[in-house]
Amino acid sequence: MAAISWFKDVEAAAPIEVFALTAAFNEDTHEKKVNLGVGAYRTEESKPWVLPVVSKVELQLANDKTLNHEYCPVAGIPTLRSAAAKLLLGDNNAAIKESRVDAVQAVGGTGAVRIGMDFLHSRLGYDTIYVSKPTWGNHKGIAKSLLYKNIEEYRYWNNEKKSLDFENLLEDLRNAPEKSVILLQAEGHTPTGTDPTHDQWKKIAAVIKEKRLFPFFDCAYQGFSSGDLDKDAWSVRYFVEQGFELLAAQSFSKNFGLYNERVGQLLFVVQKSEYLPKVRSQFEIIVRETWSNPPAHGGRIVSTVLNSPELYKEWKETVKTMADRILLMRQLLFEKLKAQGTPGTWDHIVQQTGMFSYTGLSATQSEHLINNYHIYLLRDGRINMCGVTTKNVDYVAAAIHDAVTNVKA
Amino acid sequence: MAAPFVVSAARRMILASSGMKFNQMVTVTQIRSKWDNVEMGPPDAILGVTEAYKKDANPKKINLGVGAYRDDNGKPFVLPSVKQAEKILFDAHLDHEYAPIGGTPEYCKAVAELAFGDGNNVVKNGLNATVQGISGTGSLRIGLAFLSKWYQPSKVVYIPSPSWGNHTPLIKHSGLEVKQYRYYDPKTCGFDFKGALADIGNIPDSSIILLHACAHNPTGVDPKPEEWKELSAVIKKKNLFPYFDMAYQGFASGDVDKDAFAVRLFLTEGHTIALAQSFAKNMGLYGERAGAFTVVCSSEEETKRVMSQLKILIRPMYSNPPVHGARIVHTILSRPDLKKIWLGDVKLMADRIITMRTKIVENLKKEGSSLNWQHITDQIGMFCFTGLKPDQVERLTKEFSIFLTKDGRISVAGVTSGNVGYLANAIHQVTK
Repeated sequence: MAAISWFKDVEAAAPIEVFALTAAFNEDTHEKKVNLGVGAYRTEESKPWVLPVVSKVELQLANDKTLNHEYCPVAGIPTLRSAAAKLLLGDNNAAIKESRVDAVQAVGGTGAVRIGMDFLHSRLGYDTIYVSKPTWGNHKGIAKSLLYKNIEEYRYWNNEKKSLDFENLLEDLRNAPEKSVILLQAEGHTPTGTDPTHDQWKKIAAVIKEKRLFPFFDCAYQGFSSGDLDKDAWSVRYFVEQGFELLAAQSFSKNFGLYNERVGQLLFVVQKSEYLPKVRSQFEIIVRETWSNPPAHGGRIVSTVLNSPELYKEWKETVKTMADRILLMRQLLFEKLKAQGTPGTWDHIVQQTGMFSYTGLSATQSEHLINNYHIYLLRDGRINMCGVTTKNVDYVAAAIHDAVTNVKA
Repeated sequence: MAAPFVVSAARRMILASSGMKFNQMVTVTQIRSKWDNVEMGPPDAILGVTEAYKKDANPKKINLGVGAYRDDNGKPFVLPSVKQAEKILFDAHLDHEYAPIGGTPEYCKAVAELAFGDGNNVVKNGLNATVQGISGTGSLRIGLAFLSKWYQPSKVVYIPSPSWGNHTPLIKHSGLEVKQYRYYDPKTCGFDFKGALADIGNIPDSSIILLHACAHNPTGVDPKPEEWKELSAVIKKKNLFPYFDMAYQGFASGDVDKDAFAVRLFLTEGHTIALAQSFAKNMGLYGERAGAFTVVCSSEEETKRVMSQLKILIRPMYSNPPVHGARIVHTILSRPDLKKIWLGDVKLMADRIITMRTKIVENLKKEGSSLNWQHITDQIGMFCFTGLKPDQVERLTKEFSIFLTKDGRISVAGVTSGNVGYLANAIHQVTK
């Protein structure tokens, strides 16, 4: 036997918060437990939901005798790539018509962000990236693992006002060195649920243009914010319209409920169509060196839906259903908190959009909810609105009231 | 809305020659493209073969570049056991909630059992840190990331010469260095045992050594059991870290235990090993990306620490794995009746390959070839290093519409009883 293990110095890594939260929730036997942690949609019955249109397509695929499990092309399923590009940029998008847009299928939204950041760093030589403060828990980790030299933050959330820290955001972008990658969340900002207005986006775009920064959009919730797919894509479309070159990471985890099938893509818009094959070929090399080619099953489902007018229509309506339930829960929670006279202002609950709400609860207050109420949320006070239902909203509101009133922030 | 202004290289030259600085000409409303310097990536050699094959109009054309199993009609093959598993899964109407970062524990246990043998001590004692990976490539990549970060004694991976074309880029992408040890002997079209032993004996202590567990890609040349024992001894002497790539368990000999011989031998001999598994070939699940990476640890406590670090590496790559393929794998491995069917399916595939190898040699003899073609039946697995030279390969392609890579590698999966006669004739023509 080997005398001394090679791995004796491997440290125990801290468990990744959001997954540890779900694990803890699953183990909890308390009858009133509520999971407001991981960003996955839940029904009124607090159950995961397989979209009917997805079930329909899965049945179709299961009965299709012509299908096999052959490798997808490295860049992914062609019909998925083109349909998903149109979904994001619009059917009649000029850049698509000018052949300046292409995409590479990726392993979920994470995989798309990964290969996008990899390309910018390894092929374009960018080594500075700005993410919003706060941002999705994994953004910095991805940049770090790709060895970006400088991982910076632009101010985003004003905790006192519970709103967008806009002037400071602009100032931080103005101070960013040229060629910094600016990671922007297109809609349904994680974790704050607070998006710039159209006017604010215009100003952001102007600064990015002026300072020669590189816009990289993370689009994980198209359709989830407003319930309208086109509305939620406004920011990306505006930038394309303004002549920007950009990357956009698209996820189909939430809006298709296909979390574990890992469907996503990395879209790129370039100035000249002649650049497209070259850029794609470099992405293909990156893909080849990471996972070789993308998983077929989920990609097929999404491609089938996006390319069928009937199924697409059904899916659109389904997305609206999910978004509407979230909006309703926001309204309900807000009203409960007001009715209780819970200290503080709670307008942000209904003003924020998308899956998450940045409640403003502190780490200790959040822990109080977990330990005393078996309500699981992230320590930064982020809650998944999908975890709220008409059955548990009273319980949740009461818990928040208790935390805010009795637990020091 | 004005179109973005692009300053072409020509215009820049004109500006420069007129004494004006380029920067002065560009105002803030103009955006220069960032992609000017992006070069076209080199085309994939193997894909190139398939592309060329597609374009050829010759009705007798044969594609021997394909890296996927084909049945005797040249068609993709969905395994009967896979079809059954899919039906079971479909009827179960499972949801699509996120899998754990490292895949489900049931899947990880099942694949480790398959690799190390039923009732093996590694899994029994919780010594395997196993995570689902994105098929073989993704599993290799996670393992390389882990070793790059946590394996202190060396940052060099030694791979056999030749090896799978993607090993080198994967290793480099993970920040490690690549070196080689002799493996294939072009004189015999067989294993360069002496060369391998000598080179491995000279590898700096504690380096990482990549080994193909069975059905070496691209040569089809595997060490014999006695040779594996000697390799194990010298690897132990040099304290090297064996990293096994097992992409063809069951697919090589038709027997999953036989094909895992080397991996299991190393365990018995007390090596600490890492292993990348793929279910692309042996379950025909290519596009569903089912694989796994395992590190064998020295204690349960160590397994936990290593697992936690593997998750840290997976999260910034793709967060959590795709489940469809893994669910199929687990369904098959966890049901004795289905597993039995699968073992039959994989033997069927392996047997067809073995039969085709035999037929190639038989037909070459029939053609009157006086050359020694024994290596074709000695080699094992999907690929075969024919020994053909580049100019002979070119003739095969140009004159006979037979497509293969320049190194003389053929995918035996592309050979059928319908085309083997034509193939043998062609080979004879270019080698006589």
